[in-house]
Amino acid sequence: MGDITVRVNGTQHSLDVDSRMSLLDLLRERLGLTGTKKGCDHGQCGACTVLIDGRRAVSCLALAVAHDGTDVTTVEGLAGDGELHPLQAAFIERDAFQCGYCTPGQLCSAAGMLGEAGPSAVTEDLADDPALTAAEIRERMSGNLCRCGAYVNIVAAIGDVAAAGGAGAPEDTGAAAGSGAAW
Amino acid sequence: MRPFEYARARDADDAVAQFRAGAMYLGGGTNLVDLMRLGVAEPDYLVDVSRLGGDRIEPSGDGLLIGAAVRNSDLAAHPVVRERYPMLVRAVLAGASGQVRNMATVGGNLLQRTRCPYFQDVSKPCNKRQPGSGCPAVAGDHRNLAILGHSAGLNAAAQCVATHPSDMAVALAALDAQVRVTGPDGSRVVLMPGLHRLPGDEPDRDTVLRPGDLITAVELPPPPPGRSTYRKVRERASFAFALVSLAAALDVAGDGTVRGCRLALGGVAHLPWRAARAERALTGAAATADEFTRAADAELAEAQPGWPPRRSPSMPRT
Repeated sequence: MGDITVRVNGTQHSLDVDSRMSLLDLLRERLGLTGTKKGCDHGQCGACTVLIDGRRAVSCLALAVAHDGTDVTTVEGLAGDGELHPLQAAFIERDAFQCGYCTPGQLCSAAGMLGEAGPSAVTEDLADDPALTAAEIRERMSGNLCRCGAYVNIVAAIGDVAAAGGAGAPEDTGAAAGSGAAW
Repeated sequence: MRPFEYARARDADDAVAQFRAGAMYLGGGTNLVDLMRLGVAEPDYLVDVSRLGGDRIEPSGDGLLIGAAVRNSDLAAHPVVRERYPMLVRAVLAGASGQVRNMATVGGNLLQRTRCPYFQDVSKPCNKRQPGSGCPAVAGDHRNLAILGHSAGLNAAAQCVATHPSDMAVALAALDAQVRVTGPDGSRVVLMPGLHRLPGDEPDRDTVLRPGDLITAVELPPPPPGRSTYRKVRERASFAFALVSLAAALDVAGDGTVRGCRLALGGVAHLPWRAARAERALTGAAATADEFTRAADAELAEAQPGWPPRRSPSMPRT
């Protein structure tokens, strides 16, 4: 057992946790934040993706006890002041889901991804911080599986937000979504 | 998951002092936590070394010193690494997913365990997980396992065709990286690819490290002359382990001959496989497709895919 303090979606929580508890189970079972989904529980599907200190991570492989003092954003914390995050608006606009189970992970992953610098495995020139083409988005989002196969619209939705210059951080909810760019 | 105690180390010396029998070091947890959930790893004490301050990348002579706690994504995004060590950047970016690279550390990447399906399934025998229990992979699902340096030809209690899964380690092997280690017996440096070992008759030992040893940093010498890159073949376009991968640096003279080269293979052996035969075959040869093929054939002359050994039909070349 261990005492930890985590800030989740702006609210500080002090909890006594079993050392075996994942951050995912802490969010769902202890804090009642069931937006974050448990898919494979092995880091392979991305359904449990959250932002830890602003960086996307799979919460199933994060031991809660090892994340004392961190700042966590879940899908519940993406929207601000009753307004959808640009990614959420774009997912609705583009119909970027079917069953919706992977969607919270897709949203958090995309929010983290939009703020990441540097090349990806498909970037030609490593000196580049390349534009987020469909190929770049597919590669950078490969940690999020969608068993319904809604990838085409997911890529389009994320592409819209990227083209509109929408950064992923939750504070940036003012940015307009949906440029209508063809993907 | 078996219950365990957790402690956060203050620094490397504190981590080593806290280590005891049954303990393991915790970095990003992307492999260890999964193995604990699977019942493959059962530490009763975790010493968290992910926040020791070893998360910097700094110049070291003409090379670069990379702290063991540097996250994989930060290594791949670092401007100096991108400019001077493209092979390493390509290798890191070829591994895992964006989320996992954000969590995984350089030290943990080197010490991740094989993804052999039998190793990860506690209901199956496995000489690596449970020494002496046997190796179902030798006659089973081994299409992405070892073809070089394995121990399938030894007795049943020693057989192992596991591969080391890291992409980053393949590039580090080609770059002659030095791994800095601190342990109960003091500090030392291990030259890649010598950190990892062939299974021999001790397939449970992945590396030459001893209990309590902690990787604190990886030092890169100046990059080899010429151009370099990393190529990976896998069963889907992204987020999959290698069927085979290659870290290559090639220095071609003005007359088209190879002045020097570094070649290392991933996904084919229990360790990142430095292809010394291919390097010898290619050095001084013309930089042509025919000579590249000859070098690859030289390296793979002793490859043994499947067991018992069989004469494989010559591979069609396209």
